[in-house]
Amino acid sequence: MRKKSTDSAKILPSDITPYGRYLSRRTLLGGGLGLAVTQSIGGFGRTAFAQPAGALTYVRNAALSVSDAPNSYSDISTYNNYYEFGTDKSDPSENAQKFHTRPWNVTIGGEAEVTGNFSVEDILKPHPLEERIYRLRCVEAWSMVVPWVGFPLGDLLKRFKPTSKAKFVEFKTLYDPKQMPGQHTSVLEWPYVEGLRMDEAMHPLTLMAVGLYGKVLPNQNGAPLRLIVPWKYGFKGIKAIVSIKFTERAPRTTWAGAASNEYGFFANVNPDVDHPQWSQATERHIGSSAFGPRKPTLPFNGYAAQVASLYSGMDLRKFF
Amino acid sequence: MPQIRWLWKPLVFLACLLPALHLTAGALNAVGLAHIGGVALGADPVKVMLHTCGRWTLNFVMITLCMTPLRDLTHWVGWLRFRRMLGLFAFFYVLLHLSVYLLLDQSGKLGALWQDIVKRPYITIGMLGLLLLIPLAVTSTNKAQRRLGRRWTRLHRLVYLIAILGVWHFWWQVKKDIREPLLYVCGLTLLLGYRLWKNRQTLARVSVARLAGTGAP
Repeated sequence: MRKKSTDSAKILPSDITPYGRYLSRRTLLGGGLGLAVTQSIGGFGRTAFAQPAGALTYVRNAALSVSDAPNSYSDISTYNNYYEFGTDKSDPSENAQKFHTRPWNVTIGGEAEVTGNFSVEDILKPHPLEERIYRLRCVEAWSMVVPWVGFPLGDLLKRFKPTSKAKFVEFKTLYDPKQMPGQHTSVLEWPYVEGLRMDEAMHPLTLMAVGLYGKVLPNQNGAPLRLIVPWKYGFKGIKAIVSIKFTERAPRTTWAGAASNEYGFFANVNPDVDHPQWSQATERHIGSSAFGPRKPTLPFNGYAAQVASLYSGMDLRKFF
Repeated sequence: MPQIRWLWKPLVFLACLLPALHLTAGALNAVGLAHIGGVALGADPVKVMLHTCGRWTLNFVMITLCMTPLRDLTHWVGWLRFRRMLGLFAFFYVLLHLSVYLLLDQSGKLGALWQDIVKRPYITIGMLGLLLLIPLAVTSTNKAQRRLGRRWTRLHRLVYLIAILGVWHFWWQVKKDIREPLLYVCGLTLLLGYRLWKNRQTLARVSVARLAGTGAP
């Protein structure tokens, strides 16, 4: 097993800055200037760690952020479900360190006026980045709070002028077993496929994430480009995206294809619909309260006010 | 052989405690009560504790089942003197497994545990295995063994069923990656297969002996 002790031992600013202070500093800056402040995370750590490599320039989107304290950078970057790098939670952080995220191309296809092969730089260029602190609820009944950096997926999709036939969007992860050792196994069908209905994809909460804690996304978290849909179970958040395709029919997504009675296409967080093997009514919050009581799971992961209307009239027990 | 009693048994006993000690240290680290180097249970310590105890329960059931084949292979009967301790460690780890589940994972809510037992087949099966281990642990004393006589042997054959239930419980609860439970299935198949094979050999020998005994008038 390749284990880069030097990398894992590196102390990150976010590890040493208490979250209260991290957040209060932001409030101070934002409030004092009375406008959105463009800033990089480097300023928040101790001066010795100022401007770490990969710092991003972004604006904090407070309106779309939750007030919960985010999990530590180390929790978020060492506890990952990313089967391409192994099925243990610690596998991705150990096996993804040498993953190449440049050069990177994304193929845009299907029912759109603009299609073709684009470099990731072309994909990212026009989009100002923002930080959003979102809840993350895994289908395995654990949860975290994560400060992502990214931009609305809808803004990206509009650039390709989807036609009236585009009812769904299908995403695919890179298939490269040389770099992704998990793809040598048949645990899942490769490449990983996920999808959204067009209205879900265009929803302002749906995020294309490129960063975490103000820095470039770690490889194990899905660099260079991953999807975040905060009201859905984490497995909808496909990582290392190389293909975006507009389709007329619902794509066959990986987990729903692997076990359709356990994982649905919609995968909206729903405390009333259990996984056959475990209850979804509660969740264990990763981090400081690990030995504390489980938290009740909220419908749509607490985003019901923003997204429940997308599913009005649908039987959420049937379309889980 | 006094060195079994005074040397090997205490050593094996301590070795069997190591996983539990490791988890205890990790748990103390996780809540900040200790800072023991090199022991970290990661971002979700409850799950690590739960799964580690479950795994060691299965390991000890399997190790216990290895003692008889080891005796047969090595012609050293000393192996059997470790069987009770190893079996009791299986019971110890399954109790820890249940305690972690009930107290840490489900915050001590008995109702939630009952719901799981009724609703989730893999928990039903696991719980059944645990309950069946209780009479074995209770009758593990020399006294009970003497009092029960041949019935003791018959009762303790339950361990084969318990082993199957345990591995089944593991198989059913993994999400998709069945490679690890598959290892246990293979191990158990070998251990149980060996006993079936040995039984048939014995039966064959007995019937040959009978034929030989009654063959000539």
